[in-house]
Amino acid sequence: MAVVALKNVGKQYPGAAGLAVEDFNLTTHDGEFIVLVGPSGCGKTTTMRMIAGLEEHTQGTIEIGGRDVTGVVPKDRDIAMVFQSYALYPHMSVRDNMAFSLKLKKYARADIKQRVEEAAEVLGITPLLDRKPRALSGGQRQRVALGRAIVRQPQVFLMDEPLSNLDAKLRVDMRAEIIKLHRKLGVTTFYVTHDQTEAMTMGQRIAVMKDGVVQQIDSPNNLYQQPANVFVGGFIGTPAMNFLDAAVENGTATGSGFSLVLDAARRDAAGTRERLHVGIRPEHLHLAGNEADGQSLRGEVEVVEPLGALTMIQVRVGDTKVTAQIEPHQQVAMGDAVALTCAADKLYLFDADSEDTLMGIDSGVADQPAA
Amino acid sequence: MASTTTHDTATARAAARREKARRAPAKWLLAPAVIFLLVWMIVPLAMTGYYSFRNYNLMMPSITGWAGWTNYKILWSDPTFWSALGITLLIVMICLAVTVGLGLALALLFHRNFVGRGVARTLAVAPFFVMPVVTGLIWKNMLFHPAYGLLAWLFRTLGLEPIDWLAQFPLTSIVTMISWEWTPFAMLVLLTGLQSLPEDQLEAVRLDGANKWHEFRHIVIPHLGQVLYVVVMLESIFFLTSFAEIYTTTSGGPGTATTNLPYYIFQGTFVQYDIGVSSAAAIGAVILANIFAIFLIRFVAGNLNAGEAR
Amino acid sequence: MSAQAKRFSGANIAFGVLGWAVALLMFLPLIWLVVTAFKTEAEAFTVTPQLFFEPTLESFKAALAQGGGYWHYAWNSVFTAVASTLIGLVLTVPAAYAMAFYPSKRTDFTLVWMVSTKFIPAVGVLVPIFLVYKTIGLLDNVWGLIALYTAMNLPIMIWMVYSYFRDIPKDLVEAANIDGASMGQTMRKVILPLATPGLASTGLLALILAWNESFWSITMTNHAASTLPVYIASFKSAEGMFWAKMSAASVLSIAPIIVLGWFAQRQMVRGLTFGAVK
Repeated sequence: MAVVALKNVGKQYPGAAGLAVEDFNLTTHDGEFIVLVGPSGCGKTTTMRMIAGLEEHTQGTIEIGGRDVTGVVPKDRDIAMVFQSYALYPHMSVRDNMAFSLKLKKYARADIKQRVEEAAEVLGITPLLDRKPRALSGGQRQRVALGRAIVRQPQVFLMDEPLSNLDAKLRVDMRAEIIKLHRKLGVTTFYVTHDQTEAMTMGQRIAVMKDGVVQQIDSPNNLYQQPANVFVGGFIGTPAMNFLDAAVENGTATGSGFSLVLDAARRDAAGTRERLHVGIRPEHLHLAGNEADGQSLRGEVEVVEPLGALTMIQVRVGDTKVTAQIEPHQQVAMGDAVALTCAADKLYLFDADSEDTLMGIDSGVADQPAA
Repeated sequence: MASTTTHDTATARAAARREKARRAPAKWLLAPAVIFLLVWMIVPLAMTGYYSFRNYNLMMPSITGWAGWTNYKILWSDPTFWSALGITLLIVMICLAVTVGLGLALALLFHRNFVGRGVARTLAVAPFFVMPVVTGLIWKNMLFHPAYGLLAWLFRTLGLEPIDWLAQFPLTSIVTMISWEWTPFAMLVLLTGLQSLPEDQLEAVRLDGANKWHEFRHIVIPHLGQVLYVVVMLESIFFLTSFAEIYTTTSGGPGTATTNLPYYIFQGTFVQYDIGVSSAAAIGAVILANIFAIFLIRFVAGNLNAGEAR
Repeated sequence: MSAQAKRFSGANIAFGVLGWAVALLMFLPLIWLVVTAFKTEAEAFTVTPQLFFEPTLESFKAALAQGGGYWHYAWNSVFTAVASTLIGLVLTVPAAYAMAFYPSKRTDFTLVWMVSTKFIPAVGVLVPIFLVYKTIGLLDNVWGLIALYTAMNLPIMIWMVYSYFRDIPKDLVEAANIDGASMGQTMRKVILPLATPGLASTGLLALILAWNESFWSITMTNHAASTLPVYIASFKSAEGMFWAKMSAASVLSIAPIIVLGWFAQRQMVRGLTFGAVK
């Protein structure tokens, strides 16, 4: 168990023009579950591989348990890693897969046996111990990969998209399993995923990355409620946040097909800006009755997706497609002209040029302000 | 700010150094193979180049020293060298055409599902594993022999005059023997290629209404492209250096009708003992092989990059 | 339609007949060789081929007898083929491992260079090697021959093993790294066990190529280190004198390698295609 600290960490591949990862700062709490999330190519896997020591960082320092691990080879970093492909040794039984690292460290045979069997017990793979990986299902392989990691009792777990090869249902199950495991073992964990649902459900803190740059590091709730910029706002939450280009005049944000009155706090935030981006989450949009209040978005319904518990509709407001979440009993058909409304205190405002939030972030736990 | 920058470049340099150190063992793993190839292939090749400019004949040990271009001039005016060059090329080209053509036909045949296919294929590939010296003797004595060979008997049975194959059609005979050995190889490789053809591609063109010929022309042949390259490359390497089949049957004759470059150089070295001229001819053979190599190694390089993208 | 039913459809019967005809035609010279080997010298050397005769092991006995020569050459063949294959593998595995799992900017160049040395024809280096061998006493020496066979096969072996290694996910090497394995341990405990089939077929190909090689054996040896091709080639001017014995010796020389080849044909071909066939 250890604190992992990344200080101004950067990675430049030889011959590459830009940085693959830029100025990454993060200090974990002991036993924290950190998720690195972002679209592919955002540098999340590179960051994890630098922590593992599979790649050298070219800037800054990485500390594990207070020790600078720059130049330390992976095996001496006291970390364990779960690979996306599981990377189980195909020619070894499950038992040997799990025992491999212990054998290399020359543990006593009885010791190895005990540790492997304990880990197998925890993961419920005891009956599989003498099988070869190819005789296992995807979910079982996943458990073995986890088992190989936990059997070593390392200071840090690194998990690189460990669930992405599983089918949807199994993924949800394993998600819960990994959280349970983390709670039980309390080992500092870094978890890489491109799936924001996975990030939101698993992470104690989430680092959202884009193009090698950390956009925001915060708890799931804060990310959702106080996105630092347009990218985070759009990335976290499904369906994604709607963005509207608006002109501000007299405390009202307007654009083609919509007009939104800003409350006092948002008026302050907007300041003297004449243009900004307005963000609205689909779940904050409602069908307006005939009565007109200050907030309205008008347009034609283009898509209706009944999902059972709720219904998603896409409305063309001016040039923008807006997604709204409505009650299933509300009858809306394609081609209908509708009006949508949203409470004034649910609006997000972003700078038109920098795309950063105008609302301020008050959580205070973020190690790094929005880039 | 300046201090951070210097610090950063220092860290980066340290990282690069560590990266290098991490790869260092890899270099040592590679070294033995590279050194071995250098000592046994590249150094001798350089020596061949050196000898080709020397007066060096084991029969005339008194004449030594720098020869300049003399050896090359002798070679240039030797009609046997030119015929050897031509014969080498003829053997390579005809054998490539025959083995690839027949090999493709056989591969398509053995790609069909029929009774005992595995056994039949196994019988058909056997010639590839036969040592060329044995090939030469089987064909020379038991098939081509004008009096006692199987072909002579067959001709007589059909009421025809038996032919002395090696005397009357020497090059054809040599090509036949080499093709007999190498058609199975082409067949095996192409068959492996055919079997790796994804079924869904074929189904897609069938749905598009393609007939058998279209299927073959637009799906099968492009798919086999890479595999064909491999066949041509490996066969070229071996055809360019055909030796045993000639050595055991015609000894380069009649006259010089089947003297290819390897045999020409072999004779120059071990019959005429003319090291200088033989070395010059060897350089000629290397240049010829490299003309082939330039075209074929592109494939290897291309394949590398395809793998890189994986 | 079941596969079994498919086999007996009209078209496939036609293809079957054709396939068998072609296979037998290709195999015919070898059948004739074997048949001749079981004849007496008189039966072997006739104008009308003798199909019906009493099989005899006389020729095999003659070939295998003391002074018949076979064993001397066979031992040299076995020794040179096996030793050159083993040395080849010892050189190949580390080199291919380094290039497959620790590629650098120069790796592509090194690989292409190695393949290109295969394009240096043996005659291109014949003269200097002959002269140097003569000077240092490696002429007619099995180790001289072994070194040549190793050099001859090395480029192809490295390529084959490299392409097998490349099929092994890099993740496994990294997992082993993290599990605490050194480079050597990773190679021994993870990579080699996985590449065993590939190494076996590479070794078999090298063995076959070395066994069948005749150019170096004919030029570099006289008797002491001569391999089977030299022995067989010595029958080349026999002109009907020893056809049965020649056939018996030939059968003894090619049979082991054909059997080996039959076992390994598919694996070997896959490796030879350098990754062009997945």
